[in-house]
Amino acid sequence: MVNIKIDDKDYEVEDGLAIIQACEIAGVEVPRFCYHEKLSIAGNCRMCLVDVEDSRGLSPKPVASCAMQVSEGLKIFTKSERVKNAQEGALEFLLMNHPLDCPICDQGGECDLQDQSMAFGYGSSRFDGDKRAVESKDMGPFIKTEMTRCIHCTRCVRFSSEISGNDEIGSIGRGHDMEITTYLNQAVESELSGNVIDLCPVGALTSKPYAFSARPWELNKTETIDIMDAMGSNIRIDSKGLRVMRVLPRLNEDINEEWITDKTRFFWDGLNNQRIDKPYKRVDGILKPTSWKSALELAKEKISNSKSEKISALSGDLVDIESVYALKKLMKNIGSDNFDCRQDGSRISGPPERWLFNSTFNGVEDSDGCLIIGSDIRKEAPLLNSRLLRKSRDDEYKIGVIGFNNDLTFDFNFLGENPSIVEDILIGNNNFCNDLSSMKKPLMILGQGALIGKDAQNFQNICIELAYKFNFINNDWNGFNVLHSAASRAGAMSIGFFPSGKGMITEEIISNYNNKKLDLLYLLGADELNIERNDDCFVIYQGHHGDTGAQIADLVFPAAAFCEQNGLYMNTEGRVQESIRSTFPLGEAKENWEIIYLLAKEMSFDIGFSNLNELRDQLIEEFPIINPYREFETLPSPKKDEFNKLNGHQFKRIIDNYWQTNSITRASSNLSKRNNYIKEENNR
Amino acid sequence: MTVRRLADNQDIKFKFDNQDLKFLNSLLENYPKDKKQSAVVPSLFYAQRKAGGWLPEKAILAVSDFLDMPKIRVLEIATFYSMFNLQPSGDHFVQVCGTTPCWLRGAENIKKACKDYIGQEREVSKDGLCWIEVECLGACVNAPMIQINDDYYEDLDYESTVKILKDIKNKKNIIKGSQIGRKSSEPLERD
Amino acid sequence: MLDSKDRIFDNLYGFEPWNLASAKLRGDWDNTKDILLKGREKITEEVISSGLRGRGGAGFSTGVKWTFMPKEPTGKTHYLVVNADESEPGTCKDREILRNEPHKLLEGCVIACAAMGAQVCYIYIRGEFINERYILESALKEAYDDGLVGKNACGSGLDIEIFIHHGAGAYICGEETALLESLEGKKGMPRLKPPFPAAAGLYGCPTTVNNVESIAVVPTILRRGSSWFSGIGRENNTGTKIFCISGHVNTPCNIEEEMGIPLKDLIEKHAGGVIGGWDNLLAVIPGGSSVPMIPKDICDEVLMDFDSLQAVKSGLGTAAVIVMDKSTDLIKAISRISYFYKHESCGQCTPCREGTGWLWEMMEKMARGEAKKDDIDTLLSLTKRIEGHTICALGDAAAWPIQGLIRHFRHHIEDRIDQYQKESNQNYG
Ligand SMILES: Cc1cc2nc3c(=O)[nH]c(=O)nc-3n(C[C@H](O)[C@H](O)[C@H](O)COP(=O)(O)O)c2cc1C
Ligand code: SF4
Ligand code: FES
Repeated sequence: MVNIKIDDKDYEVEDGLAIIQACEIAGVEVPRFCYHEKLSIAGNCRMCLVDVEDSRGLSPKPVASCAMQVSEGLKIFTKSERVKNAQEGALEFLLMNHPLDCPICDQGGECDLQDQSMAFGYGSSRFDGDKRAVESKDMGPFIKTEMTRCIHCTRCVRFSSEISGNDEIGSIGRGHDMEITTYLNQAVESELSGNVIDLCPVGALTSKPYAFSARPWELNKTETIDIMDAMGSNIRIDSKGLRVMRVLPRLNEDINEEWITDKTRFFWDGLNNQRIDKPYKRVDGILKPTSWKSALELAKEKISNSKSEKISALSGDLVDIESVYALKKLMKNIGSDNFDCRQDGSRISGPPERWLFNSTFNGVEDSDGCLIIGSDIRKEAPLLNSRLLRKSRDDEYKIGVIGFNNDLTFDFNFLGENPSIVEDILIGNNNFCNDLSSMKKPLMILGQGALIGKDAQNFQNICIELAYKFNFINNDWNGFNVLHSAASRAGAMSIGFFPSGKGMITEEIISNYNNKKLDLLYLLGADELNIERNDDCFVIYQGHHGDTGAQIADLVFPAAAFCEQNGLYMNTEGRVQESIRSTFPLGEAKENWEIIYLLAKEMSFDIGFSNLNELRDQLIEEFPIINPYREFETLPSPKKDEFNKLNGHQFKRIIDNYWQTNSITRASSNLSKRNNYIKEENNR
Repeated sequence: MTVRRLADNQDIKFKFDNQDLKFLNSLLENYPKDKKQSAVVPSLFYAQRKAGGWLPEKAILAVSDFLDMPKIRVLEIATFYSMFNLQPSGDHFVQVCGTTPCWLRGAENIKKACKDYIGQEREVSKDGLCWIEVECLGACVNAPMIQINDDYYEDLDYESTVKILKDIKNKKNIIKGSQIGRKSSEPLERD
Repeated sequence: MLDSKDRIFDNLYGFEPWNLASAKLRGDWDNTKDILLKGREKITEEVISSGLRGRGGAGFSTGVKWTFMPKEPTGKTHYLVVNADESEPGTCKDREILRNEPHKLLEGCVIACAAMGAQVCYIYIRGEFINERYILESALKEAYDDGLVGKNACGSGLDIEIFIHHGAGAYICGEETALLESLEGKKGMPRLKPPFPAAAGLYGCPTTVNNVESIAVVPTILRRGSSWFSGIGRENNTGTKIFCISGHVNTPCNIEEEMGIPLKDLIEKHAGGVIGGWDNLLAVIPGGSSVPMIPKDICDEVLMDFDSLQAVKSGLGTAAVIVMDKSTDLIKAISRISYFYKHESCGQCTPCREGTGWLWEMMEKMARGEAKKDDIDTLLSLTKRIEGHTICALGDAAAWPIQGLIRHFRHHIEDRIDQYQKESNQNYG
């Protein structure tokens, strides 16, 4: 801690803080444009200049408070004449070439330049010459550019190299003619590009899909979480009436810091397309609208007429824990153990420490090396990938990859495609062993793609063995991590929505379905199944989009999408968070838990709850790990188990097309434009 | 300086051959092994010579490839440094220093000579001459002066400039350096 | 006036060959080993007590600057970077050293490296100096072949490597941290300080940047002794200095003279006097385009050194003397300088990127007389909003010439405005 004075008041602040941060803590506002906590310091806007005085006296000229650290006894003046002249000057120079087009600018109402001109400038510039006009750039389907508005703070450039890692945005030319652009107007390829929209302090980079659709003050803002991947990014959903208008990140240092992926930012138009807004049943091969009453009756009839061991249920990637829990209770009532949440065929099982990201995301910061196994991490968790990018800046930080040799935006050591390389490393027969031995806190990241197929458990046991052999697991470090990409997976796993002992797993359910040995299949938002419709099995689909699940269904229950109801989710670290309703279910759709509740009632089961609160109380009592208010604690290390030599185990790609991983994204034209854009550009 | 853009007509073949790569690799020896990027300016400069005095996009891409640098970073360099010509600049690229020390001694006359005997600034004449005004070339006591390709021509006036330009057109030898008989920058009585 | 025996750069004009054999005849590389064997402290002490101040413009003590380098090895490479980017308008002295006295510079590099514990030296030469670079490269090859540079340089036991790097047209790369960025293969954008180069410079390693002339005079200082050097000139402004005299003089030239020589002597004795005689003098920019001009009455008396020129609110800068006689359109002359700074601003800091363009536009208006009289105050206040508010001194350099003009020749601008108004009234009337 150091003692400083800001505008003649005493403060004690942490050592090593930038002056601008110290002022912020003290509640003294220092204007800034280029400074951003998560980016390197550029010190180029010159807006944050302050006067400082130390034992050598007053600084000969004002200093950039973002670029200078506090020191013992430092006196800081934020309101002196000199400082005022500097700040007014910087603003005057910025406004000199800035267009006066606020009324038609999407940044209006949330523009730093607008705000700071009011607070620190005199709102105009004495410049009466011609303003510079800068050609706007094409950065692809997400980012709309109006480069005349750019104030050259270079936040977007720094983001592109430091956070997204693609190095796609730069500033060409120099001086007065400097322009922000991508390489010859190429679309930005990063999965994180939309963050530059938030970073841009003015209206130079705005959201193309959101363009001119709303003003910030008309929007209803809901603080909630994202389910496009399994990281549980914190987001804010802005809606107008029944429509989601945009999605923005919320700060959560433990998870997404202040970023979100482009998929999260732009999926929202998918909520309006191909929605199921009423119940449907199949008549003469065609799905026809029906009423809730007859839909529930039909379901009851079909369930009652099926043998319980021939009834199965699969849950999808987007569903909340409560509805999975309700479905599990329903299945127990029916008398069937044939349910599984691992629709991709993953064979993870056992206690949570075997299938969670034990080190937590923050653990990445503490780690000193990494081994990625069977995961295309940039697609499965782009923000985790970005954390690794940050670590990879350190030359000492070595990253090994077994499985997929894709562009991860950082350099890594590709060890090969074959899972058996893990066996080689275990017996010390691999070049990477040397690197591993020198690490004290390495991370092992196992993707779902490594855990599919008959030998998956065995493979996981080998990995655990390896984790103990090197320092992935030791007394004060647990770097054994399984990475999920499905938002609902960890939650469904922790309430046991998979067979233990008796009951069929996904693979068996599907083969029985294909072999016509199944009477009834209940799909709770399960859309990633590669199966054809057949007449011999009655399929009930509960969900919100007319996607693959609904296409093979005989009966469709319209359900709320995640942002139209409240629901709990556990992220890949084991962190439980609540998704909050921001708009209402469409048409006749109902909340997911309620549909199952109604079906149970129809069947006269005693399911034990009649509203969401009762359901949650029960759920948390039975599975305390689901309590969102519990202190988030790290789990014990996974136990070693017997293993054998691998027998033909192979890695599978979990995500083929990053932009189309679930029913909402497949219905989004924002995302499909993005998908096609890059394809076209590659063809060019 | 207006915004520097790549030329519209990119119809030129460009590829580093083995000899080029040998030279470029020898450049890398000037820098620590993991600091290849340091060679970007000399590499682009070499590429510009190879392409005949300007940088076509293919040259920018070739350098980005050779140095493992993101394309945009190489483009930044190519547009930041004013010696990189993004447009063809002829066989005889005449740079007229127009900054104050040269201006005081008649740089405007030199520009006029160029206009009269070459044409509009930046346009390549049919004899392969092209001129632009540039900032201080660091030969101020020999003002006014111009640079043609690698060489400086100093202590000029309208007539001596015209003579140089004519001699170039007529493929005659021209004296480099001072046009009034100076060795370099020693004081010289003029008559 | 400087005695010819006290001249350091005997071959400044290239009347003799630049090559090693010739250079050795002039005394270069003479027993350099002995100098190197004096050791870090001794060499640095000599240079400090000689009073040598940096010849790149800022005039900071060269020897003291060397002491900022880490005293002990840090496990990293330590660098000397020689600033041969010479681009300050009016300045053309380093060019002569590079092409006519390259061995003085190379020997200086070896000695300076030894003095600051540097193992590697880069000479960053401006891109336009192509022939100068070829000469320097050839000289460097000679020095390597002769064992003067490289492993066990001059037999001293020290390993000192020298590399030559070139730029591609950017004045800003003369600023020492922009130069380092450029050398790292980036755009030449000045860095925030701290950290200073001596702590984290080239590739994050301890680095010192020095001007060509600062380094090239070092061997002679060590041969002839610091008291010889400090005996020339005035206190705190010692030694010899190459002056570049350009503009309206009869014989523009580079000349090595003693520090503190009266400006009038310099011009009259070496540059053949002001065109049309001393009384035809209007003003002089005494230290390269960045420093404020001084009018004739100050020129009559002022001495050419750091402190004397600072006392008249100008500066010695690079000692590039730009002479302007009474025929000069001063406003236009300064406007052309404003254009230069606009052209050369790297573009990172707001006040400089936007401000330099604005200044130039206003200066053009002033030159045409198309302005209002209170625009002069606006212009002045703009220069004050740039000065001291940017990362590097280019912003200051853009502001000062205009401030100098307004300080001494405000009436010129006002007259121009009056005249313009009179003319346009006549045109309408
Ligand atoms: C905009 C700008 C341009 C500069 N250009 C040069 C230059 O061309 N040559 C030079 O030696 N120093 C130049 N300098 C000064 C250098 O930053 C640095 O002070 C100098 O190289 C240090 O050398 P010295 O201590 O030997 O003088 C420039 C400074 C600024 C701010
Ligand atoms: S586009 Fe926006 S973020 Fe990028 S430099 Fe310009 S103002 Fe800053
Ligand atoms: S916020 Fe400090 S200079 Fe921009």
